[in-house]
Amino acid sequence: MKLSGADILVQFMEDEGVEFIFGYPGGAALHIYDAIFRQEKVRHILVRHEQGAIHAADGYARATGKPGVALVTSGPGATNAVTGIATAFMDSIPMVIITAQVPTAFIGSDAFQEVDSVGITRPCVKHNFLVKDVNDLAMTMKKAFYIATTGRPGPVVVDVPKNITDPGHKIPYTYPESVSMRSYQPIVKGLPGQIEKAVELIASAKRPMIYSGGGVVLSEASIEFTEFVQKLGFPVTNTLMGLGAYPATDKQFIGMLGMHGTYEANLGMHECDVLIAVGARFDDRVTGEVKEFCPHARIIHIDIDPASISKNVRVDVPIVGDIKQVMTDLNQGLRASKKQPDKKALEKWWKQIDTWREKDCLRYDRNSALIKPQFVVEKLYEVTGGDAFVTSDVGQHQMFAAQFYKFDKPRRWINSGGLGTMGFGLPAALGVQLAYPDAPVACITGEASIQMCIQELSTAKQHDLPVKIICLNNRYMGMVRQWQEFFYESRYSHSYVDALPDFVKLAESYGHVGMRIEKPEDVESALKEAFAMKDKLVFMDFVTDQTENVYPMIVAGKGHHEMQERELA
Amino acid sequence: MRHIISLLMENEAGALSRVAGLFSARGYNIESLTVAPTEDPSLSRMTLVTRGSESVIEQITKQLNKLVDVVKLADISDGTHIERELMMVKVQATTNDQREECKRIIDIFQGRIIDVTDKSYVMELTGDGDKLDAFIKTIDQSSILEVVRSGATGIARGSKSLRV
Repeated sequence: MKLSGADILVQFMEDEGVEFIFGYPGGAALHIYDAIFRQEKVRHILVRHEQGAIHAADGYARATGKPGVALVTSGPGATNAVTGIATAFMDSIPMVIITAQVPTAFIGSDAFQEVDSVGITRPCVKHNFLVKDVNDLAMTMKKAFYIATTGRPGPVVVDVPKNITDPGHKIPYTYPESVSMRSYQPIVKGLPGQIEKAVELIASAKRPMIYSGGGVVLSEASIEFTEFVQKLGFPVTNTLMGLGAYPATDKQFIGMLGMHGTYEANLGMHECDVLIAVGARFDDRVTGEVKEFCPHARIIHIDIDPASISKNVRVDVPIVGDIKQVMTDLNQGLRASKKQPDKKALEKWWKQIDTWREKDCLRYDRNSALIKPQFVVEKLYEVTGGDAFVTSDVGQHQMFAAQFYKFDKPRRWINSGGLGTMGFGLPAALGVQLAYPDAPVACITGEASIQMCIQELSTAKQHDLPVKIICLNNRYMGMVRQWQEFFYESRYSHSYVDALPDFVKLAESYGHVGMRIEKPEDVESALKEAFAMKDKLVFMDFVTDQTENVYPMIVAGKGHHEMQERELA
Repeated sequence: MRHIISLLMENEAGALSRVAGLFSARGYNIESLTVAPTEDPSLSRMTLVTRGSESVIEQITKQLNKLVDVVKLADISDGTHIERELMMVKVQATTNDQREECKRIIDIFQGRIIDVTDKSYVMELTGDGDKLDAFIKTIDQSSILEVVRSGATGIARGSKSLRV
């Protein structure tokens, strides 16, 4: 089969099993867009801004575990994509992004819409390529998918100059079934000696804690991980990225940890004697002050990325490997081991944790005459039966979603954890809805975040994507306002959101349904009404309490045992 | 502590900037960096001299290993090794005294004079950094016209070798 570079790209996508390409055309990408036009297997989703394309592909990848694919043009197309690429990079999301480029003969001449895409994206990709010869195109694409989806996943950029896709130049094409690279061989299996050491350390634990992160989700290791936790009977806490990897409604789950984690999770970390970190990277929002972190604990750290081991916190038993494989081996090791953890000590430990739990650290004023954001999330949880895909933007609403929507399954909670990208939620929800057309998809957002990618309401209309937007509208950038209240004597410098649009009319102007909810007693019925509209995007503008803060909170420089709590009358 | 890290990497465009970018993005020190293709033209060998605590060096080697273009890596300062750097020094050499003095000192340091004009000499010297520093200190400072140093390269002693 002889094909042009443009046709090779699209044919490769089909052969690789790509369902959707999220993108936006432009001069350097036109040959590729023509090839897309002439086929029907791979569906192109036209967005309204390249950032939206990357977030949508990212949302698709997070919800399905398959690589997200995006296509943008050169110059501004590529630079607009950078925020999305960095977002995916920080959360280790498998993605392949094709950036079109000016013809090779023009590279370096400051040509129209030329930018050094490989140079600009280098620090925020797992790897990137510039294709200089059409004969390398198919193999480069294969490498890109291979690198993006194996080891610690991440985005890979392939920069394709326009002449490489020239329709007049055809070459033989066969789909490369496999690829091997001498310089890239991800580790899968943990060293048996390390697993033995871990089994021994686990057996010695009197006050154990299991702390798991996004790695469990990325590795599809939820079942093995849940078996591990339940067999041991240990308390388990998840990071923001790890929510759903262990069922949140289970009694062994003691909530999220970190800056806005629960009292019981954070104190559990502080007091534990053995910490088992699984697919988590000891991020600063999790550890708080590193000097105060888990002062009594010996630490087991399981991660696929050797560079994550002992990066922020020194660990005692590192295990490098794929979480699913290591969990399987650990479960086996525990079954075979004669030494078992001290049951009595564990009972005592649980009693301690239960006294912390009794504090009910997430409590809030349920009798408020104003809509509390937590209340909306709780009602959303009830109305959707706890089974929706929930995307979020960044800020207070994100924390309320993480605290109050109890995720029982992995890949249901989709948010920008590492980079903290406002504007992520709506386009990500579109990617999720495309992957699961019949599933309820909610985007929990705020009136500030939603405006950062609001143009994607048009994409949702064009492709009939009936996501439900839960806008917790407090007329403030809530998290910024909260920090200003705490640390800047309530000088609310530029954190108010002035000149807001009428979101109901805005939604309607895009052809969607808009709702404005102002009273707590209307929250539940409005949510029910919205989710009953199965084929409509509904923009729900909840007018919430302006002064609400996220608690508990560990402020910068403090340890897990120094949480600030809500004071209620 | 000073460390010498040797890398074998794919001889691809941009490979060098990935390494340099990693060091600047993560705030690591680079004292020197040398790179050239090996006997296998698909591979380049890079020698990096860096300084940092044990935990920083551990992160540096892990982060370098993580780069997709890096095939193999060794911290050769972990074991016994040989370190060499090439230096060329152009000095003013007009009077008989100056020319005699240059010849005498470069002989002591076991270097060579590789270019001669009626006004100048170019001297070539290899060795570890300390030796080159010592040479510079020894010669008449006011006569120095130009100094160029290659940065360190190194190799492990014995049969241990860094190869694919």
